[in-house]
Amino acid sequence: MTIDLRLGAATAPASLPEPFVSWFAERGWTPRAHQIELLGRAAAGRSVLLIAPTGAGKTLAGFLPSLVDLAVRGKRRPGEAHRGIHTLYISPLKALAVDIERNLSKPVDQMQLPVALETRTGDTPAHKRQRQKLKPPDILLTTPEQLALLIAAPDARPFFEDLRYVVLDELHSLVTSKRGHLLALGLARLRSFRPRLQAIGLSATVADPDALRRWLVGQRPAGAMADLITVEGGARPDVSVMDSQERVPWQGHSSRYAVPEIYETVKRHRMSLIFVNTRSQAELLFSELWRTNEDNLPIALHHGSLDVSQRRRVEKAMAESSLRAIVATSTLDLGIDWGDVDLVIHVGAPKGASRLAQRIGRANHRMNEPSKAILVPSNRFEVLECRAALEASTIGAQDTPPLVAGALDVLAQHVLGSACAAPFEAGLLFEEVKSAAPYAELHRKTFDRVVDFVATGGYALRSYERYARIRRTADGLWRVAHPRVAQQYRLNVGTIIEVPALNVRYVRTGSGLVARGGPMLGRIEEAFLETLVPGDTFLFAGKVLRFEGIRENECFVSNAPGQDAKVPYYGGGKFPLSTYLADQVRLMLADPARWKALPEQVADWLRLQADVSVLPKHGELLVETFPRGNRFYMAAYAFEGRLAHQTLGMLLTRRLERAGARPLGFVATDYVLCVWALADLGSMFRRGKPSLASLFEEDMLGDDLDAWLADSWMLKRTFRNCAMIAGLIEKRYPGQEKSGRQVTVSADLLYDVLRSHEPDHILLEATRDDAASGLLDVRRLAEMLSRIKGRIMHKELDRISPLAVPIMLEVGRERVDGEAGDALLSEAEQLIDEAAGRR
Amino acid sequence: MSLDLESCTDDERPTAIVIAGEPALCDRRGALYFPGHGLLCVSDMHLEKGSSLARRGYLVPPYDSAATLIRLEAAVAKWRPRIVVSLGDSFHDCDGAGRMPDNLRAGLAALATGRDWFWVAGNHDPQPPAGLPGETVNAISLGALTFRHHPGPGASDGEIAGHLHPGAMIVQRGRAVRRRCFAADGRRLIMPAFGAYTGSLNVLDRAYAGLFRRDGFMAYMIGAQRIFAISGGLLRPG
Repeated sequence: MTIDLRLGAATAPASLPEPFVSWFAERGWTPRAHQIELLGRAAAGRSVLLIAPTGAGKTLAGFLPSLVDLAVRGKRRPGEAHRGIHTLYISPLKALAVDIERNLSKPVDQMQLPVALETRTGDTPAHKRQRQKLKPPDILLTTPEQLALLIAAPDARPFFEDLRYVVLDELHSLVTSKRGHLLALGLARLRSFRPRLQAIGLSATVADPDALRRWLVGQRPAGAMADLITVEGGARPDVSVMDSQERVPWQGHSSRYAVPEIYETVKRHRMSLIFVNTRSQAELLFSELWRTNEDNLPIALHHGSLDVSQRRRVEKAMAESSLRAIVATSTLDLGIDWGDVDLVIHVGAPKGASRLAQRIGRANHRMNEPSKAILVPSNRFEVLECRAALEASTIGAQDTPPLVAGALDVLAQHVLGSACAAPFEAGLLFEEVKSAAPYAELHRKTFDRVVDFVATGGYALRSYERYARIRRTADGLWRVAHPRVAQQYRLNVGTIIEVPALNVRYVRTGSGLVARGGPMLGRIEEAFLETLVPGDTFLFAGKVLRFEGIRENECFVSNAPGQDAKVPYYGGGKFPLSTYLADQVRLMLADPARWKALPEQVADWLRLQADVSVLPKHGELLVETFPRGNRFYMAAYAFEGRLAHQTLGMLLTRRLERAGARPLGFVATDYVLCVWALADLGSMFRRGKPSLASLFEEDMLGDDLDAWLADSWMLKRTFRNCAMIAGLIEKRYPGQEKSGRQVTVSADLLYDVLRSHEPDHILLEATRDDAASGLLDVRRLAEMLSRIKGRIMHKELDRISPLAVPIMLEVGRERVDGEAGDALLSEAEQLIDEAAGRR
Repeated sequence: MSLDLESCTDDERPTAIVIAGEPALCDRRGALYFPGHGLLCVSDMHLEKGSSLARRGYLVPPYDSAATLIRLEAAVAKWRPRIVVSLGDSFHDCDGAGRMPDNLRAGLAALATGRDWFWVAGNHDPQPPAGLPGETVNAISLGALTFRHHPGPGASDGEIAGHLHPGAMIVQRGRAVRRRCFAADGRRLIMPAFGAYTGSLNVLDRAYAGLFRRDGFMAYMIGAQRIFAISGGLLRPG
């Protein structure tokens, strides 16, 4: 096979060689057009992005160029040196790599191809890793973290010298995270080993395919792109919003009202996949469904905190189609086709059009039949959101988030890894890094600061020269200063920071802490467990459990009867409403003609709002003020997602405080922000003291934001992650003793000291960059403030409006978050005084 | 004892307690002042912990000694003590004093000028800190009080110790709040760690077993604005 390296050369349709032709024929299959197309482009030396829906034979398409090439290349002759890896496959999930190995070895065996196929993950035993280094397989299936380790090894170059293809699976999910940044840097390194390396990206439909096309190839020249092959989805999915006969609640996320109807729907289908947004909702819905399950239908639960063996059992039962329904979170989002699912039920709003499309794709692996999905809103605002998502699905709108610039903490990790592999010259490494799309805009000065950080911490007080981790020697190359550095790098590689969690282990009732060795149910976050006392009950793994106590890294539980079980909460995992859907909801509110598509009870709600208050026009921000009890409320209908609303709430309360409004608190949902105060907010705004325009002035993102950020627990949490990724402090792994608290230094303390002594330090810069798009969503808030300038509508009411009811029901129900430490201590202190009759 | 509490701003307002009959004030910075003796006590400063970590490859910000000493300076300026006791583990390791930058050494020396300064020997720093003023001792007794680094076993009247880095946790409205604290039962007190990089160990950990009477056990938790006196019964392990 010849390789045409002229860029952009027209590619003749590739023809499939034997034994592939026969293999397809024997199965009565015809190679799909995109599979042949991809083969042709690959043969022409091009990198390719393949965008295809589930069930389109994406995986086979991605591997076909490798298999054909390897079939032609033939076996290694005896005595010939071992060849390096030919094809590297990278997946976001270990399980996916294992699954692909299984699926791919079928055609390889059936065609008797001379292809060695192996996985390498965190679970691969050391002796196998050793062997892989000496005798590399032709195709290696692995994860981004393992790639980082492989390229940081001194023998990386010979290992990858023969590499021809990199296949990147589920690319759309990889590129949006820091894992994607690390992977992009790894890919740049592979390209410098093998300039002709071709990347094949496999992705679901995204909003901006060009960004992924750039991501796949070296940015020399800047803007270079991989070829694009798009497979149109087959039949349009059949999506509907459940038109419940029950009353849709004002607020909440439990969807309890719809459980009987969900159950009836499950009964009418072969196998239903029921998606929810959080693990807590999964536990709740699962237990509600079983309470209704009079027919004892096999209904299973699947989420990321359950024990692996439990999850594998559910997946197997699914593949065998022996279940009728599976309640699942996003852990089932990725990858594999699952048995005979004929219905997706999405409980709670999907938060994004593309997310919904990807989940619906699960429902059917024959791409020419329409997938069927039902959306079940859990409250009235979600009805609007579900309707918007349905319409987006009809027109195929996409709202995957835009890619962000490469993170500096990840770059620091990569720089250290580079030194571990071989001494490097800063200028050359900089050029290599810039060839990775996320770092294409990186400045040399910033890069040099990162190198300085890796070497001595990058502090203005240059006191760590003697402890440098890497040093520049006389030949101008940066070298690792001590063998221990490479060891530390290997222990801390990767960008995934685990939330501290404990194993949940079952003991028999009454055996207390004495017995050990019951089955493991999964893992629960420490932050929830530490709020329990023995005897408390909670819902987990579909059971009501009694908390018996904690010993070392395990939480002991026993079976418990009971109704009032708590539901564990899990940090993260909550996606904010996408900007696209938010905008669609605003459009819908502004246009009464579109209310006809809504359930009658929801349309009535909006009509009532129009009568007693007003509905905002598209592009306007409606702010209502009204008194209630002895307080004054302000509801801002911004629809910018919970995170941006929380940030806005923090900033507005500061400003109101200064204006003398004596604010008392706020609560934020995806749709609305509500602030309450002792002073009459309505009359203050009416008199322009302060005016709403000045209250919502963009300058709040300056000093106010900085001042608040200084102590924000969210920023501290972000800093902690950056510090671990950048190698400033050790990563903690599950199972490490927490009595280490006394000895290790906490990231919070480092943050406080660094912030007061060197606020411009590069790690604080990385932290602020992260927070802007992460926990604080400052970017989105900034866009909103600029959009609504001069378009704020104030409606002063004498009582609560229909639109405000949902948020008012949330007031006081929110779990108290980070900042309130002193207030909670003060409450605890008073308890004693009260008991002693002193108050 | 004369004190003008009214002149204190909120975050300066100390919490008054009594240990073995001796009145004392818990300063929010983590220091303890005995007005009757003009004695200020801090414990477990772990100066130069940052450079100690850096030596092992973790290049944490090198400003911890400065941050700790700024706080110490503020406490000294506030109480103008006649006697200062640093209750052990003043330096994170034996050559910590030698590694400390010159300007900080000079600042510390200035602080010690005109008052009695005692370095109680700790497990991290059993030797006197090289080149710094002050007297190194194993323990100090004053009136009903005894100052030593490592708490003695069993109940011990009038003992002020450090070493354990007490912290406490409460759960209120479904959220855990964890803070450094002074741990005391009216007879003895264990000091919080004063250092900028020092963590803490929950007072319910078994390391504290037998040290306090159940009755009257309090954790004086150090909040952002002031100290909160929390009764032992409300504390949670972890």
